[in-house]
Amino acid sequence: MALLQISEPGMSAAPHQHKLAVGIDLGTTNSLVATVRSAMSTVLQDDHGHALLPSVVRYAPDGSVIVGHEAQAQQSADPTNTIISVKRFMGRSINDITDRAHIPYKFVSTNEDQAAKVLQIETRAGRKSPVEISAEILKSLKSRAEKSLGGELVGAVITVPAYFDDAQRQATKDAARLAGLNVLRLLNEPTAAAVAYGLDNAAEGNFVIYDLGGGTFDVSILHLSKGVFEVLATNGDSALGGDDFDHRIYCWVLDKVREVTANLAPLTEGDTRLLLTKARQAKEWLTENFEAQVLCRLSNGILVDVTLSADQFVEITQHLVTKTMSPTRKAMRDANLTIEDITGVVMVGGATRMPHVRHAVEEYFQQEPLTNLDPDKVVALGAAIQANVLAGNKNDEDLLLLDVTPLSLGLETMGGLVEKVIHRNSTLPIARAQEFTTYKDGQTAMSIHVVQGERELVSDCRSLAQFVLRGIPPMAAGAARIRVTFTVDADGLLSVSAREQSTGVEARIEVKPSYGLTEDEITTMLKASFSSAEEDKKSRMLAEARVSAGAIISSVTAALAADGSLISEAEQNAIRTEVERLQTIAAADDATAINQAVDALNHATEAFAAARMNASVSHALSGKAINSLEM
Amino acid sequence: MSNAQNDYFHLFTLPEQFDIDTKLLEANFRKIQSASHPDRFVSAAASDKLASMQLATLSNEAYSTLKNAARRAKYLLEKHGIDAVADTNTALPMDFLMQQMEWREQLEDAKAAKDIPAMDKLLSQLRSEAKVLERELTGLFDNKKDYATATEVTRKLIFIDKVCSDIQQAIEYLD
Repeated sequence: MALLQISEPGMSAAPHQHKLAVGIDLGTTNSLVATVRSAMSTVLQDDHGHALLPSVVRYAPDGSVIVGHEAQAQQSADPTNTIISVKRFMGRSINDITDRAHIPYKFVSTNEDQAAKVLQIETRAGRKSPVEISAEILKSLKSRAEKSLGGELVGAVITVPAYFDDAQRQATKDAARLAGLNVLRLLNEPTAAAVAYGLDNAAEGNFVIYDLGGGTFDVSILHLSKGVFEVLATNGDSALGGDDFDHRIYCWVLDKVREVTANLAPLTEGDTRLLLTKARQAKEWLTENFEAQVLCRLSNGILVDVTLSADQFVEITQHLVTKTMSPTRKAMRDANLTIEDITGVVMVGGATRMPHVRHAVEEYFQQEPLTNLDPDKVVALGAAIQANVLAGNKNDEDLLLLDVTPLSLGLETMGGLVEKVIHRNSTLPIARAQEFTTYKDGQTAMSIHVVQGERELVSDCRSLAQFVLRGIPPMAAGAARIRVTFTVDADGLLSVSAREQSTGVEARIEVKPSYGLTEDEITTMLKASFSSAEEDKKSRMLAEARVSAGAIISSVTAALAADGSLISEAEQNAIRTEVERLQTIAAADDATAINQAVDALNHATEAFAAARMNASVSHALSGKAINSLEM
Repeated sequence: MSNAQNDYFHLFTLPEQFDIDTKLLEANFRKIQSASHPDRFVSAAASDKLASMQLATLSNEAYSTLKNAARRAKYLLEKHGIDAVADTNTALPMDFLMQQMEWREQLEDAKAAKDIPAMDKLLSQLRSEAKVLERELTGLFDNKKDYATATEVTRKLIFIDKVCSDIQQAIEYLD
């Protein structure tokens, strides 16, 4: 490998050059970054040899942003400006946060009318959204990776809890973009763990991934066969994790203190943080010990000194363990499998170190869970393997991940009921259409409300988007045919479109549910983060446009040479004309014109691309070698 | 995309009949996904990404349709110009309707008693009932080519599927 890699930003590297791609586990408590080096997936460490980066962000008085261990050390001293477990707030509104009393932040809504919309946290650096705070964690991991790997990253696979809904996924993707990362894929955490585990052990059969993290619980059931990881079912609870066990200990300690101190004054935010930290330490200590002492002095001078036994800990948290078993049974039912069908159970997430969690899983599945990979690292390791494949470093025909959508997607119908359009556990990508009609004569508009969840009532599901389809030609009630199409891509992200089609008049609207940030907000934030001069930005944009023009010209030219015969001579010539046009425009200095010509060429090659895809599939089925389609 | 490729049976190189080789269906599904999944085209041109998304989506839809007996039967009937669930297609024998009401009553009783084992039992009873209908459909579709009777049996199978999913939902709410 070359000692120095000098390349144009965003330029696709030479075929034999190793592209720098990473897997990032953006966790509630800790985050990690991993990469594949010399065919081995490895977690990257910081300068002090730490692999885990505490997911803690502090806005310091001097205006700097501190992430990780140093921020964590300050959390009791500066609780309102030191944000922990921000993942719990991703894609959430103030109304979603039920235990606000226990969280020492000043929550605000972006807009007073929008209490149901995105929340923000008031800090000394101004109002910060969970997306911005998460982006700080990702930036820190990005710079760790670039320092360690010695170059700019081509892209990253970011993991999310399988049970994250659309809002939470979109927020995560926005955070990654804000951190300047090219997101190759959002990957479900249990699936990532299965990849790391399955490839390591050459496993075949049905596997359960039981993933109890700091703030989220996922259970996925996968069928592993010859490098294909097919998710059969997934379930979980996106608000249940190790944090809740800490909180139980915290409450128990306070009760004990009250028994001896009649008038315990209200706790300061710093006291709350201190006690929660002590609670977490006690929990971790109890993994290998019979009792844990919680000893600290509160700000008002009261000494806290209580001892929690392992049995008492089990007693006060058993209900949380029980709470994980209902999603587990649901996933088993959805996968249509019985306990005997399960080859292995893999434990993921730091919280699965608790003995009573392991015991409950072992009892249900009648087999000892597998713990031979570090539960804190397995997700990042699997994400790195997938990132390596997606970046094109390994033309691994054998690794394929087939994931599912965790929650059903539907539309509001009459009476506040939900009509499901895509059912949970459908394999991605998926597109489904449903037809609706008007209920009044001459009706020209229709309101469309998109929801996610399993319940029958709209009010029990999460509202994703609401839009109005206008321009329906006036006709008798029931005569219009409005086709609403849901598309969920391989990242698990939804887009919805609607059109009236009985009259041939097309009224069409396309929405991406927006609870994270708008496209404009992201662009503005990204621009603000570039300190470079206007002139530099222009030349960078031009360079990037030329790079993408060069890339598409060479790929289309190669495709025409290899598979041109799939389409007619006339069609080939039409594409060649567009290629020449782009070549001419790319020689000039107008970035916008180049990008438009790239789009035009892409559009002109759609039918050709589809023909090549069909040919490629036919080859795959007839056992012949794949043609030159994959580049 | 050519029309032939849009045909689910053709896509998986399976003969157009009710009784299919599920192992071959699975194997070919994986081959198609291996060649067309969006993960293979992460840094490809936009037109290749679009083609990948379309074919991967089609094969997922086709796979889930052919894998499930009721949906496969309904799809086969559509190929013969019959809409099994059309409002005009309401004919079902009285004894089946009675039977169906009985199942519904059993489900309601079990729901009221919050009796999950009773629901599980009903579920497995319905599943074996479905197996009988599936065998019947093989004869009707593949041997006798009797699409009128096949429509009736398919409707029964769809009803049973619906009751099964209602039972599952009831179990889920209780669990």
